Amino acid sequence: MIIKGRAVIIPDANVNTDVLYPGPYLNIDDPEQMKLYLFEGLDPSLRDRLGGRTVLVVGHNFGGGSSREHVPLAMKAWGIGAVIGRSFARIFYRNCINLGLPAIACTEAVDAAAHDSKIRIVAEEGKVEVDGSSFPTSPLPPFVIKMIQGGGLVEYVRRRLEEESEK
Amino acid sequence: MAHTLAEKILLNHTDADDLAPGDIISVRCDLVLANDVSGPVAFNAMERMAADRVFDPDKVVMVADHFMPAKDIRSAELQKRLREWSLEQGVHFFDQGRGGIEHAVLIEEGFVVPGMVIPGGDSHTCTYGAVGAFGTGLGSTDIAGCLALGEFWQSVPGTILVELTGSRRRCVGGKDVILAVLAEIGVDGGNDAVLEFVGPGAATLTMDDRRAVSNMAVETGAETGLFPADEVTEAYLEGRTEMPWNKEQSDPDAEFTKRLQIDLDALGPLVARPPSPGDVAAVTEVTGRKVDQVYVGNCANGTITDLRQVAEVLGGRKVHRGTRAIIVPSSQQVYRQAMEEGLLEIFAAAGAVVSTPTCGACFGGHMGILAPGETAVATTNRNFVGRMGSDRARVYLANAWVAAAAAVTGEIVDPLELLEEGAR
Ligand code: SF4
Repeated sequence: MIIKGRAVIIPDANVNTDVLYPGPYLNIDDPEQMKLYLFEGLDPSLRDRLGGRTVLVVGHNFGGGSSREHVPLAMKAWGIGAVIGRSFARIFYRNCINLGLPAIACTEAVDAAAHDSKIRIVAEEGKVEVDGSSFPTSPLPPFVIKMIQGGGLVEYVRRRLEEESEK
Repeated sequence: MAHTLAEKILLNHTDADDLAPGDIISVRCDLVLANDVSGPVAFNAMERMAADRVFDPDKVVMVADHFMPAKDIRSAELQKRLREWSLEQGVHFFDQGRGGIEHAVLIEEGFVVPGMVIPGGDSHTCTYGAVGAFGTGLGSTDIAGCLALGEFWQSVPGTILVELTGSRRRCVGGKDVILAVLAEIGVDGGNDAVLEFVGPGAATLTMDDRRAVSNMAVETGAETGLFPADEVTEAYLEGRTEMPWNKEQSDPDAEFTKRLQIDLDALGPLVARPPSPGDVAAVTEVTGRKVDQVYVGNCANGTITDLRQVAEVLGGRKVHRGTRAIIVPSSQQVYRQAMEEGLLEIFAAAGAVVSTPTCGACFGGHMGILAPGETAVATTNRNFVGRMGSDRARVYLANAWVAAAAAVTGEIVDPLELLEEGAR
């Protein structure tokens, strides 16, 4: 699986889901509406960098705090293809994987990237390229790759239910 | 092989023969929880999964708490959907006036016993660790999977053992214990781990104190914060549930990723300074800060214990002219108990506002939003930028004595000094 896109950078450590998608907008359940409030508590002007194929490049312990799936749902609605970070908080990481949005820890790639850097990711191999330079990272666990390639948890559960009903 | 308590609980809920930290396993759910915010997003995902029925209606609880009572039309629509879905599926449903904040409701209504696995569509599902259950927060798609299949994938966490010695001093509560842990390991120190609280100091903590501790396990990044079941657990569960359970513990030779020691004898009231639950200081380091609003409530510290602490401070005193005080019992049970004990009368007489049980302003939803430049002291669990309203407001997290003392004096003070002054 190869993912390409322009880098959009959020450099800070411990960026939480409250600033990525503030509480007042939690009464929205449609990703196309959620999209309008992504990064609202952090820097709304970051949204101007989105659109087209992008890859989010983030700092240490990204996505801590609330379990609100509004964050990765809004990211997907913007067409963000992957998130590369120094490290991720657990629930945010799970949410990405479940939605089929690769979240990859690769400190060297984060160091190398600037806004609009060209990013290319070969998820199976755990390879991240920034403006042509290649940075190895540990490949995603096979389970995670299967989940992402299979279209995320929705597809996984749908197939399981189908198989069970055929039995 | 020796196992930690968390590993034993997970092992009881998976087909794997054995497990170790880092293994990815499929875990069976004993109970699945969602609310008016995470529920509808999960129902959308369930529809895409083509799942029309939940795996077991008796093991599903839905609670309207975040924007309850409905703040606006959009919130009302979400709650309508939650209500109709719950009725149609035949699951447990706590509507307005019947429940309160989800994590208070599930514990107080006897849904939780030690050894259970409870995924919830809310990060503070880790609160159930107080009762010895593996409660853990998940996103809505995960919850949809749980609702459909009754299972979820889980990477087996390591365990950080927190040994508590000594006993709580006056004006020190569960909040201070978890803030002390946050001071040690920070907001990322619990990633890929669970916290487990043991030792003679743990035995001295009441269930309400433990709820405050376990609740903020996620603020360290941890999956849950476990108190192995003991006499305190047993006494709490007496009369609340008929479900069987036992007093499981970590094996003495189990492997822990880290060990911490916290001496309760040396612990005074703490605060977390804005904008991070990990920026912990002694209350004495921040005394004198002017406070515009005090908020006592939320799933961590809106218990009857917290309300009694507030009453101890507010009794015979008034809320300061320059300060507003909002008190939110975390559940209908707590609300009624507070009424019976005359606490609501004390609050009203002091000039505090008492609200219906709700998440309310805790997450910046409604009912107590802060203006730019304002400072609050709150017994909640998060003080991120914009968490309670304006992104230019500041929130200090503290226990209920500290919060109530700030309400009286209009600034952050050591509650002990205020109480002793009154006694003189
Ligand atoms: S009270 Fe606050 S922290 Fe607790 S569940 Fe509600 S919004 Fe979340």
